[in-house]
Amino acid sequence: MAKYVLRRLVGAIPLVLGIATIIFFLINLAPGSPIDLIVGPGVTREFREQMIRNFGLDQPLHIQYVKWLGAMFTGDFGYSFSQTRPVRDVLLGFLPNTVTLSLAALFVAFLFGVVLGTVQAVRQYSALDSGLSVALLFFYSMPSFWLALMLVLVMSLMLGWFPVSGTVSTDYEFLSFTGRVVDRVRHLALPTLSLALVLTAGIARYMRGSMLEVVRQDYVRTAHAKGLPERVVVFKHALRNALIPIVTLVGLYLPFLFSGTVFIETIFAWPGMGRAIVGAIFQRDYPLVMAGSFFFATMVVLANLVADILYAVVDPRIRYE
Amino acid sequence: MSSRSLSLVLPGLPQLLSGRWGAGAMALLTWLGMIAILLLRHERLVAAVSGSWDEQLAFATVIIGLVVSWAWSMRDVRSSHEQQVVGVSQWDLAVKAFSKNRTAVAGLILIVALYLIALVTPLVAPHPPNLQYDIVSERFLPPLGKFPLGSDQFARDVLSRLLYGARISLTIGFVAVGISVTIGTLVGAVAGYFGGIVDGAIMRFVDMIISFPRLILLITIIAIFDASIFLIVAVLGLTLWPSTARIIRGEILSLREREFVQAAAALGYPKRRIILRHLVPNALAPVIVAATLGIGNTIVLEAGLSFLGLGVQPPTASWGQMVAAGRNELLDAWWLSTFPGLAIVFTVLSFNLVGDGLRDALDPKLRS
Repeated sequence: MAKYVLRRLVGAIPLVLGIATIIFFLINLAPGSPIDLIVGPGVTREFREQMIRNFGLDQPLHIQYVKWLGAMFTGDFGYSFSQTRPVRDVLLGFLPNTVTLSLAALFVAFLFGVVLGTVQAVRQYSALDSGLSVALLFFYSMPSFWLALMLVLVMSLMLGWFPVSGTVSTDYEFLSFTGRVVDRVRHLALPTLSLALVLTAGIARYMRGSMLEVVRQDYVRTAHAKGLPERVVVFKHALRNALIPIVTLVGLYLPFLFSGTVFIETIFAWPGMGRAIVGAIFQRDYPLVMAGSFFFATMVVLANLVADILYAVVDPRIRYE
Repeated sequence: MSSRSLSLVLPGLPQLLSGRWGAGAMALLTWLGMIAILLLRHERLVAAVSGSWDEQLAFATVIIGLVVSWAWSMRDVRSSHEQQVVGVSQWDLAVKAFSKNRTAVAGLILIVALYLIALVTPLVAPHPPNLQYDIVSERFLPPLGKFPLGSDQFARDVLSRLLYGARISLTIGFVAVGISVTIGTLVGAVAGYFGGIVDGAIMRFVDMIISFPRLILLITIIAIFDASIFLIVAVLGLTLWPSTARIIRGEILSLREREFVQAAAALGYPKRRIILRHLVPNALAPVIVAATLGIGNTIVLEAGLSFLGLGVQPPTASWGQMVAAGRNELLDAWWLSTFPGLAIVFTVLSFNLVGDGLRDALDPKLRS
């Protein structure tokens, strides 16, 4: 097992390096010199050249590449021009918000997905099953940014149940502890729902399929045959085994989730990585763009890795050789 | 009235009545739609002959739509009288399985209707898409007044912009997926057939691209270069092919050792012929499914790029951009964001329904 994990980890290294390489050369394909973004057009020639030397932009591209890669390993991601502080501080500042949002969305999506998928499988071919299928496909076909706007329109602007944007209210400092928790959850609700509802459909569909497969197995028939109540068979025998393939979906859905955060964070003014990266792209803040996309891509690689390993852990039938 | 004379006036209706409602509804709707244009918009139709290229295309669509739906129905009615004995191919079986799936057929009808409407938009749109009416008195007019779906902040007709925006979404989805399927099929087939180092190198690259959050890659590329419709199509197409390549490679790996491929190799056929004539056609079924679902995803993605301001540039209408434009007037002018969003949802939903139907129809194991 440890050997398998190690081999997969080593296998991921060239992947991450390759991603870093693509990002570096992609950004350097951009027309114009990055120096024009650092210094304004009105500076003297000497100052400009001094700055080019300072940022190492006078060196050949492959040297810059090696230096950039080396710096990244020491945790130095460069300096963000738009935020006027080191990229690392920017990332560390925004990361917790994105992680909170993503985890909340993943949790809600899996909760809904597993429950709905199980209900569908247990009541296969019923009106409930087909009705849920169509409803879920409807959400699946929805752009998350539109869903977010519609949720804002109905839930906050018309009904006033949830705040429109931000992570906390303006009077957050003056709230009691429970008041603060409630305030945070209320702010988290709509962004989470907008991200989760789109994912739910996919998870529910897999869950339904997986559950239907498990229900046909001999051990479920045995459980029925020895007279166990339906509830026990479904929850204890079928559900647990049907959950195995669902685990891998975490890896599959993480890229979608990250893409989603870009829109959702923008709409809800949520100070996270997705919003930061879009802002950085529009301001041509390349160090932040490079670090941000590298971070997202690495997270996806890691998530796939974790999903594979989890899959091996939960299903003893899988061999590691 | 015999089905033949019925088909003379209302093509598609005999098929609709005899239980083949999918094909029948499509023919009948096309026929009725085109007749309606002929009657209600005949001035524009006449003017279209000497108009711009999209007006001429719309004119051609009307004529071809009329001829094809009528001719198909007549031929179909005649041939159904002569009972023929024909062989049943895998494709025939798939078509049969697909047409039994009601939701999938409904999705297909909606897609055909959308493409037809997109083609004849210059003839049917109530107003020019970019024409600004009186900005003081006619902006933010609610639906069902002078403008069927209301007017936007520049006093433009939302319905017309929606119709013109359909052309952007539908074209981009189709062309981008076309590019990606072509490249993905070729690359995947080469990787799967040759194996070894070629396979290793290609598939590692594919893994790399797939691990990238696609949206981040897209917005980076589009922001670096200037957004234009060609760039967007190219980038969407060029970032989607790795998943097609992965599917094709998997299929080829299992097909490669089969007898018919070995027979082809034993006959001394060149590798190119074996790949293109023997392997690829047999590996295509899952790709067709993935491509159909991919069109839906691409439409959502394009709308997302437009929403961020990285898609087709104003004043050209696109659905994502229209949703974004209504974002700040959500409460006062809810129709601005709602209708283009609904258009996206129903378009993508139809592609997803058809994709699901194809998945069931093309897989012999799932056919009942």
